[in-house]
Amino acid sequence: MTGYLAIFLTAILTENFVLAKFLGICPFLGVSKKVNTAVGMSAAVIFVMALATAVTYPINKYLLESNGLGYLQTIVFILVIAALVQLVEIVLKKFMRPLYNSLGVYLPLITTNCAVLGVVLLNIEKGYTFAESMVNSVGAGVGFLVAMVMFAGVRQRLENCDIPEMFKGLPITLVAACLVSLSFLGFGGMVEAIFA
Amino acid sequence: MSEKKVSNVTQITKGIVRENPVLRLVLGTCPTLAVSTSAVAALGMGAAATIVLICSNIVISALRKVIPDKVRIPAFITIIAGFVTMVQMLVKAFVPAIDESLGIYLPLIVVNCIILGRAEAFACKNPVLASACDGLGMGIGFTAALFLMGCIREFLGAGAIFGIDIYSTVIDPVLIFILPPGGFFVFGILIALVNKISAKKGLPVASGTGCSACPCRSTCAQAKLENDTMEVTADGCTVKEVDGQ
Repeated sequence: MTGYLAIFLTAILTENFVLAKFLGICPFLGVSKKVNTAVGMSAAVIFVMALATAVTYPINKYLLESNGLGYLQTIVFILVIAALVQLVEIVLKKFMRPLYNSLGVYLPLITTNCAVLGVVLLNIEKGYTFAESMVNSVGAGVGFLVAMVMFAGVRQRLENCDIPEMFKGLPITLVAACLVSLSFLGFGGMVEAIFA
Repeated sequence: MSEKKVSNVTQITKGIVRENPVLRLVLGTCPTLAVSTSAVAALGMGAAATIVLICSNIVISALRKVIPDKVRIPAFITIIAGFVTMVQMLVKAFVPAIDESLGIYLPLIVVNCIILGRAEAFACKNPVLASACDGLGMGIGFTAALFLMGCIREFLGAGAIFGIDIYSTVIDPVLIFILPPGGFFVFGILIALVNKISAKKGLPVASGTGCSACPCRSTCAQAKLENDTMEVTADGCTVKEVDGQ
């Protein structure tokens, strides 16, 4: 049990997908202007990450690796994730309207989000079991949520600041992201210390 | 004939400076930030992405009349993923050190928006040779930007360039520059400098994030979402002003 908790906390804090691994930077910089869109986007990311892991893990284990086709991972996973997201969108639209209304807009843009493909590939690279992979994926998604919401708060305060002309827009956002990332660096070693 | 040659040369050069994918169009930020911790890793990533970009541009351009418009994005992704797999296997076989330092960012070239962006904006509308030149130019631009960031971060963070020690025995290097926050910081400063230079030359300044500059913005949902949130914020401002009055 502590093993799962350690994986979960590592994924959120020390190896945060956005702030330490630089995956999913586009939505992090693009959709973090307001807290509520940041939450919606992150919820969709958690959902798709968990689903993608649940689907790609058996595909990899029973279809690719057992037949020596491991090298097809990249091409198979990206197509599976793309098809999966489309399918989920259709199913939600038809049967779960309220959920579709809150997550629907965010779903298509997750297809080519490197965080989703990244988490799936990382699970395999680290040799996690199915349960560990699921925990890691949800943890990565929650880490994305934490980073997005925190950063949305920082950005809302930046809106009212007097920023030098050349730093307006993207540059100051990146420098702010640097400071948020710096604060996450403080978690380094914490998880190992707790579960040592 | 000579005119065509000139245009192909400009196809190459435009990607390097005027439309540099990383510093001017702000595309492909994830690999830029992640693998620019050293000059060698940056060059490896740049070379891998350039090869994929040229090959996918050539194939997509050659197939542009065959691929139906409705399924073009999945078709492009499949072509790109095929080339990424090839490059991945070649790198693993011949330069395992680079494979080690790039890690999962090598397969993640598939979702690099520079490559899909060029396929959508250029290769699917232009002949093969022009597309190849465009891919080469964009690839060199991407590599140059990565290399610049890699050099800066390695020099400040590890006191070395290309792994050759320069000053770390005399002064302690600023370790933070090769850690994740340093990536954000150096990238922010570089974009600010590029914006300043572009403003001086009267060129349009890269505004907002990658999406507003991305060639796929008309088809991409994220760009739409960004615009929507912008409108909401604009509305929020007007409401505030009314309240103030």
